Amino acid sequence: MLKIQDLHVNVGDNEVLKGINLEIEQGETFILFGPNGSGKTSLLMTLMGFSGYEVTQGSISFKGEDITSKPTYERAKLGIGMSFQRPPTIHGLKTRDMVKLCAGDSGVDVEELARKVNLTNFLDRDINSGFSGGEIKRSEILQLMAQNPSLVLFDEPESGVDLENMALIGKTARAILDGPQEPDNSASLKQLQSQYKTSGLIITHTGYILDYINADRGQVLYNGVLCCTARPRDILDHISKYGYKECVRCLN
Amino acid sequence: MPKLDKVTTEPKVDLGKFNFEQDEIPAMANLKGLSKEDKAQLLMAGIDASEAKRSGTYLHINHSKAHCRSCQKDVEIMDTREALDKYDGLPEYYWQAVDKDKDEFTRAAASKIHGGYFIRTKKGAKIKDPVQSCLFIKGENIGQNVHNIVVVEEDSELHIITGCTTAANISSAMHLGISEIYIKKGGKLTFTMVHNWGEEVMVRPRTVAIVEEDGVYSSNYILLKKVRSVQSYPAVYLNGRGAVARFNSILVAPRGSHINSGNKIVLNAPETKGEIISRTITTGGTIIAPGIIEGNAVPAKGHLECKGLILSDGVIHAIPELKGTVAGVELSHEAAVGKIAQEEIEYLMARGLDEEQATSTIVRGFMNVDIMGLPDELRKSIEKTIEETEADMF
Repeated sequence: MLKIQDLHVNVGDNEVLKGINLEIEQGETFILFGPNGSGKTSLLMTLMGFSGYEVTQGSISFKGEDITSKPTYERAKLGIGMSFQRPPTIHGLKTRDMVKLCAGDSGVDVEELARKVNLTNFLDRDINSGFSGGEIKRSEILQLMAQNPSLVLFDEPESGVDLENMALIGKTARAILDGPQEPDNSASLKQLQSQYKTSGLIITHTGYILDYINADRGQVLYNGVLCCTARPRDILDHISKYGYKECVRCLN
Repeated sequence: MPKLDKVTTEPKVDLGKFNFEQDEIPAMANLKGLSKEDKAQLLMAGIDASEAKRSGTYLHINHSKAHCRSCQKDVEIMDTREALDKYDGLPEYYWQAVDKDKDEFTRAAASKIHGGYFIRTKKGAKIKDPVQSCLFIKGENIGQNVHNIVVVEEDSELHIITGCTTAANISSAMHLGISEIYIKKGGKLTFTMVHNWGEEVMVRPRTVAIVEEDGVYSSNYILLKKVRSVQSYPAVYLNGRGAVARFNSILVAPRGSHINSGNKIVLNAPETKGEIISRTITTGGTIIAPGIIEGNAVPAKGHLECKGLILSDGVIHAIPELKGTVAGVELSHEAAVGKIAQEEIEYLMARGLDEEQATSTIVRGFMNVDIMGLPDELRKSIEKTIEETEADMF
């Protein structure tokens, strides 16, 4: 699904990513850990193709296509969707219309989707205008549901979210990644899994999101370099106990 | 590339160039007799020739009233000249808010009046559908002087839509408009003005509103098409406790337009509130957007928001001013002139829009008229004009 090879990225004169190699399979959920300033958000921004993130070496391919120099909207059309940490307010653009834009040509029932994340009251408000941390997350998830991407990039789903909303966000994020969780008898488990094949690349600091989603693999990004591959839970436990010092040792 | 046609100094009006003397146009029983082209021009200025969902219509062509009708017994609509005759010269209202000797344009308007509308509500009447008025210029180099008087009596409510426009084939003309607006205790007026002028038209309106206790004045101004020069600075005086005023304007200046359009709110009584919001876009023209809120009583609040986008080139000169003359007033402003934020474009691109679609989505949002509370069909007509205007922007 996603294949990153020897990716080097500069922001201005600073090299923020120093040779990233990462592969995410179809349907796989990958968790990215790392201290502040280690390059996690830069990696997501680069994958989405934003200005200011200059690829100096290496390549990114998605669904077998080299997207290293493709514009952002083409990546979105190919199926990459991103949840923003601090999205801008766009005055005069209603949340309702934003969700419709995300759906593109495939029509969606905006009201129905909004009900799932408890945002029906926000549909007529300007997108992100005066939204709280939790409201921003729910609105981003609402947009992703409409966009229906095959790879979700999620930057800190738990930041600024209270516990009550965390459960809602966690469950909805899981629904996007895994499909509906209600046990369904109409088809075999194997068939169901093959219907929902969304991949995920999720950044987390606290690990709260791991209580809700089935994460397959994790890695730590430290100072622009990936290290310490393990099961996400194990990484989290380790970091909670020893901090990121261990990563430094591992890298040396 | 040198910008030869970039206008930065305000074009001077030569009143002698325009014809202020002309025969009066015969009155029409309704607007159905207008040509298809004229109706289309009117529609773009917010005037519906079918008069559906309107409480009344006043149409002024060149130098005289052409059609005037009230469909509501609670709202009186007539030619200002008739009102002057009928009400002994309207001593309480005529030249009482606007200073006759303010400048050459007020003096010109005072020396020869071509009519204009007099609109007055009945005390306590809530007029649901808007009254529409249109100041229409047909004929090259016509000079038009109108004097409008609006009286919103105690506890009554009214929405006036004024469309100012020229016939499709006219490029040069001059419009002088005096508007005096009186909102009595508890009265509420929404005043929506849509300008749709010919490309060489000069416009010099002079407007003052006086609001008494608990009165509300909401003014909307929309100018999307090219015009040679507009100079307009409507002022509102909140003289009664609890009075409120709002100005919302959306201005677009294509290359060759010079728009000098500002607002003034004077908070003269306790518990008054004023808000000025302007959104301006230039695609090569010049926009000067002054705004002042003056607080002379407490408690009183005022906020001024002035946002400008320079899409290709052009000039936007935002001049927000606040003046407090007593301790305890709360006045604030927020002004920004610049380009569309790259962050907003990229946000939309991440949702699958290409750069052009993203830009036009943001511009459309910027010019959003929802805040104005317009009737549905007017809102749609304006949104359509915005879409057409947008096609020329990029």
